[in-house]
Amino acid sequence: MNLKNISRTTRQNLVTYAIVIVAFAVIQVMSAAGMLSNSLTGQLIPICSYIIMAVSLNLTVGVLGELSLGHAGFMSVGAFSSAFFSVAVGDALPTWLTMILALLIGTAVAGVFGILIGIPVLRLQGDYLAIVTLAFGEIIKNLLNAFYIGIDGSGLHISMKDANALNMDESGRVIIKGAQGITGVNRMSTFTIGFVLVLITLVIVLNLIHSRTGRAIMSIRDNRIAAESVGINVTKYKMIAFTISAALAGMAGALYAHSLATVVAKKFDYNTSILILVFVVVGGMGNIRGSVIAAAILTVLPELLRSFSDYRMLVYAIVLILMMLFKQSPQIRSFCASVWERLRFGRLQAFFDRKKAQNTKKGA
Amino acid sequence: MEFLSNLVNGISLGSVYAVIALGYTMVYGIARMLNFAHGDIIMVGGYICFIVMTSLGLPSIVGILAAVVVCTILGITIERVAYKPLRSAPSLAVLITAIGVSYLLQNLALLIWGSDPKSFTSVVSMEPLRLFDGSLVITGETIVTIVVSAIIMAALTLFVNRTKVGHAMLAVSEDKGAAQLMGINVNATISLTFAIGSALAAVAGVLLCSAQPSLLPTTGAMPGIKAFVAAVFGGIGSIPGAMIGGVLLGIIEILSKYYISSQISDAIVFAVLIVVLLVRPAGILGKQIREKV
Repeated sequence: MNLKNISRTTRQNLVTYAIVIVAFAVIQVMSAAGMLSNSLTGQLIPICSYIIMAVSLNLTVGVLGELSLGHAGFMSVGAFSSAFFSVAVGDALPTWLTMILALLIGTAVAGVFGILIGIPVLRLQGDYLAIVTLAFGEIIKNLLNAFYIGIDGSGLHISMKDANALNMDESGRVIIKGAQGITGVNRMSTFTIGFVLVLITLVIVLNLIHSRTGRAIMSIRDNRIAAESVGINVTKYKMIAFTISAALAGMAGALYAHSLATVVAKKFDYNTSILILVFVVVGGMGNIRGSVIAAAILTVLPELLRSFSDYRMLVYAIVLILMMLFKQSPQIRSFCASVWERLRFGRLQAFFDRKKAQNTKKGA
Repeated sequence: MEFLSNLVNGISLGSVYAVIALGYTMVYGIARMLNFAHGDIIMVGGYICFIVMTSLGLPSIVGILAAVVVCTILGITIERVAYKPLRSAPSLAVLITAIGVSYLLQNLALLIWGSDPKSFTSVVSMEPLRLFDGSLVITGETIVTIVVSAIIMAALTLFVNRTKVGHAMLAVSEDKGAAQLMGINVNATISLTFAIGSALAAVAGVLLCSAQPSLLPTTGAMPGIKAFVAAVFGGIGSIPGAMIGGVLLGIIEILSKYYISSQISDAIVFAVLIVVLLVRPAGILGKQIREKV
């Protein structure tokens, strides 16, 4: 294959895939050679799900240009629905089939929630949209904390009071136990599944961005009114981006849920949403490869620097503020640009001087 | 009787929300930004008051004053360092910065004061009021909260509508450029708004901690968000709107906690926000602004 004939974006995408595949291969080799510590091995599946979360949030924040503060809510929906399915099914199906179905269910349910929440939310913009997604994240957490769902011969029983209010017969099992969440989840997730899901996510998101739909979404981000006036259906494309983002978050949730024995709603709170946002901002808004790298490094770093872990969120907060100041403030930017210009100009000057010297030597 | 006592508690909680919402709404009206860190300034106010009263053993009035002073300085500093450079930046960047500041304050508090809850001594030493032969008991905190909030709201309304500086604030929120041409110092006015908002947050923090005496680094986050809901409910940018929205939201929260379920009362409060934004995005008293193309 001739690399020169491939367009620049395709090449960039291939580089992203290559990074992920190489990282996977390296980790597999290291793990086979016993070079990975236990804590790091335990982090592999969370890393994969955080990467998927970051990439999917980047679709909303970086590509669509709207801030979502309830992304963990979709993760939570995916985690609960998939874990509910796999616990309800138990050993009735082969493990691999249960896992695939659980992933599909987590993705689909979160996608449906994305549509349901998107309908009211996407009519708003900017600050309002951010606060409403935050509100939805909190509502989902609150409701999941209060839900009791059991299953018996006659079907599903739902209650918001306690397990006894479910009124089940003897064969009944309580699956979602309110604030205790879902216990006894089969830990079926493996690093390989996580890796495959990361690749699937990348294929979906990268292809979406570089498609006609993706360009329409980005045009809404850059200038909504101009996009509308050239006939782009703003609501439709916003919905597409938001729903795909939610569905992918649900998939990440399903992956994550099956790496834990117990799934509780508390794990997917506002702090998780902010953590994912930090990954996206540090990796660069709109830059998918950046999200992948930032999510991986920022999840591993605190694990490696244990003594530093108290300051982790503090440092993240400072990084968030500094990134915004350096990227957006005109004064700070022009200052940086002048410093950079001087550095670069100095270097170029030196380069030309050397060239000149060489040429004169050749001429002589 | 039950209903009446819930109603009074709701009004009390709601007036704290109203005081917090005033800070949100003023900052939003003038700087066009959602100050996410506002809720965490409440928490800082609570901690400062706690330290002065419990660790230094000084009277409560000193604690309240210290909280107000520290929060005012903090508010102005945050505005200068984090928000001022971004005045012309897109709102997404400002919002992310504000979230960063909020997170910074929470984590600093966590490092300084630790994660175990501090039991806050109430600043109110008033006997509970017993009405109807003791079937309706209103605590001193409730009364003081309602009275203090009412005084603050009245004073703020007078300040904004009757003084020159207040008029300057209204002018800046209407049109920054025109205000500057009329000789108003826009930067000073924005700083002043942040100062007033943060001072109010400090008072709200002390009132809130007196009513719910357990102080954590995350104490301010939830009331902050709910106060924002209240501000939106009443119409963001409108001072009377923030008061009405705050009180209504407090009543809704307490009543739903009591009559529906304490676990999902937060969910109900947020559902109110969503319904308001769908039905009347400008809020109860907000002005509907048409988008110019």
